[in-house]
Amino acid sequence: MFDLAFYILAVLILGSALMVVTLRNIFHCALFLVLCMFSIAGIYILLEAEFIAAVQVLIYVGAVTILMIFAVMLTHQLTGKTIRQVNDQPIAALFIISSLLVLTLLALSKTTWEVASSSGVSPSATELGRALMTVYVLPFEVVSVVLLVALVGAIVISRGD
Amino acid sequence: MNLTLIIPEIFLFLWALLILFVDFFTAEEKKHRLGPLSLVGIVITVVLVVFSGQGQAFGEMFSADYYSLSFAIIFLGSAFLAICTSIDFARERIKHQGEYYALILLSTVGMMFLAASRELLSMYVSLELTTISLFVLSAYLKTDLKSSEAGLKYMILGAASSAILLYGISLLYGITGTTVLKGIQAELVGSAFPGPLLVISLVFIIAGFSFKLAAVPFHMWAPDVYEGAPTPITAYLSVASKGAGLAAMVRVFFGSLLPVTSEWIPLFMALATMTMVLGNIVAIRQSNIKRMLAYSSIAQVGYILVALSAASELATTSMILYLLVYMFANIGAFAVVIAFYNHSGTDEICEYAGLSRRSPFLAISLVIFFLSLVGIPPLAGFVGKYLLFLAAIQKGYYWLVGVAVLTSVISLFYYMNVVRQMYFRKPTKNDPVKVSWSLRLALVLSLIGVIAVGVYPDPFVSLISKAASVFVY
Repeated sequence: MFDLAFYILAVLILGSALMVVTLRNIFHCALFLVLCMFSIAGIYILLEAEFIAAVQVLIYVGAVTILMIFAVMLTHQLTGKTIRQVNDQPIAALFIISSLLVLTLLALSKTTWEVASSSGVSPSATELGRALMTVYVLPFEVVSVVLLVALVGAIVISRGD
Repeated sequence: MNLTLIIPEIFLFLWALLILFVDFFTAEEKKHRLGPLSLVGIVITVVLVVFSGQGQAFGEMFSADYYSLSFAIIFLGSAFLAICTSIDFARERIKHQGEYYALILLSTVGMMFLAASRELLSMYVSLELTTISLFVLSAYLKTDLKSSEAGLKYMILGAASSAILLYGISLLYGITGTTVLKGIQAELVGSAFPGPLLVISLVFIIAGFSFKLAAVPFHMWAPDVYEGAPTPITAYLSVASKGAGLAAMVRVFFGSLLPVTSEWIPLFMALATMTMVLGNIVAIRQSNIKRMLAYSSIAQVGYILVALSAASELATTSMILYLLVYMFANIGAFAVVIAFYNHSGTDEICEYAGLSRRSPFLAISLVIFFLSLVGIPPLAGFVGKYLLFLAAIQKGYYWLVGVAVLTSVISLFYYMNVVRQMYFRKPTKNDPVKVSWSLRLALVLSLIGVIAVGVYPDPFVSLISKAASVFVY
């Protein structure tokens, strides 16, 4: 049952991700991105990380991709337009990527993974919050500075003058 | 927990906010005074860094040791020099000067956290802080298409390289079960054969960091970004951003991956060879001085990678010393380029014809910086390269040092091309190039650095070798 659910989700993720980078209409790409993010949330649920799954849906589906769709719809020239997603070297790229894939798969198949009996990180939101505010408090605070920089940068670049 | 250790970082962050705040209340024509105000903040931070003591905070997330101290001083020094070279440039050509200086300071905060981190997660987050500020700064000349192109290219490739780095880190986490560098080392000592997956994870990590360093074959973004970005930012990028990548890379590889040196040393040797050869050869053909300096800075990373392959205490010392030396010489050279650009509005090498007659000080400074970059004694570049190559020779990598020396000779060719223009060709114009106080300050400081480290390197080497003893080789 677990395996079946995983494979269905995996096919959904890979298929929609492939659509995102190949479809020529940018609006359709954004819609497939929503599907991709949803399926990833499904993987988190399978791994018993319900909180992360909820956050994934809230942030990536609810905020990021919806914002993208808004941006596409509000940008006059983009909505109905078809764009090229590849440059002049798709064959070379395909060759390199597939050899990388084969190498990684070979390496993965030769590795014996240590399987934890119970998941290392407790999925409860309380414990995650506690970890963020104790062990990981420094990176957590640095991320807030990153957000500040992103905000300042976005305003500086987008302000028309 | 000893919170006093992160006072320098917090102070610099607050100073950046202060700049943003003061910016609100400053009239447009007085905004250039925010530059000197940022310089004051950097000087105070240097004092704080030196006197804030050593130790650890937040577990393994932050460790103030000689290693982070020496990198912090290099980052603050290059931010200082870059802001010095910015003041006139920004007054003439940049809107939103307050945010400009604040972003430089915030990027420096990220670098300081990066050098102090001994854990992959906090390292990654600090790296993002560093690079996101730089994306914005590269695109700062909004009316200039090349600058927008630079910002966009840097952002897309930077994001892709971060993704590659993260993938490598996640594989390493999967193999060892920890993101703390010490823990990773302990795990790797225990396992008999690390397996092919470790190699793949190392390849991804090296590729991710090499993007930040602009090592060949991950350099393709560098020339376009360096050419398009505002020139003071190019100077800052070519030193501080590379330094940040190096600080993280050395910390990761010497701090956790020494048990598996045989897996990654050949990779670094290959990278070093390609970087030195390609960087130096392509630099010969450039007609724009910013592009030439971009390729030259790629080549300089190649020499540093030679020492990285040596993986010894001397190697770490030589890399940090070389970064210091390279900071003075490279930002100094860019200061001349900026002074010339502020006056004439061009970066073409052929326009430098007869500069020795128009402005002898600029011309002789540029010659000294170039000679230091080549590594001619008694300038600092010689000491730096000598130690780098010595580290490699101690490990018996004679052929690698051979390539490095040979490519250094090639580099003489394109540096001297500029010198030839300046000294042996007649000027097309005769007006002297004016140099303002801030650029003069940057030039004089860089000259002092290049000459002092070259003539009397002992105190610098002995200080930096304390940083190198952080790792157990």
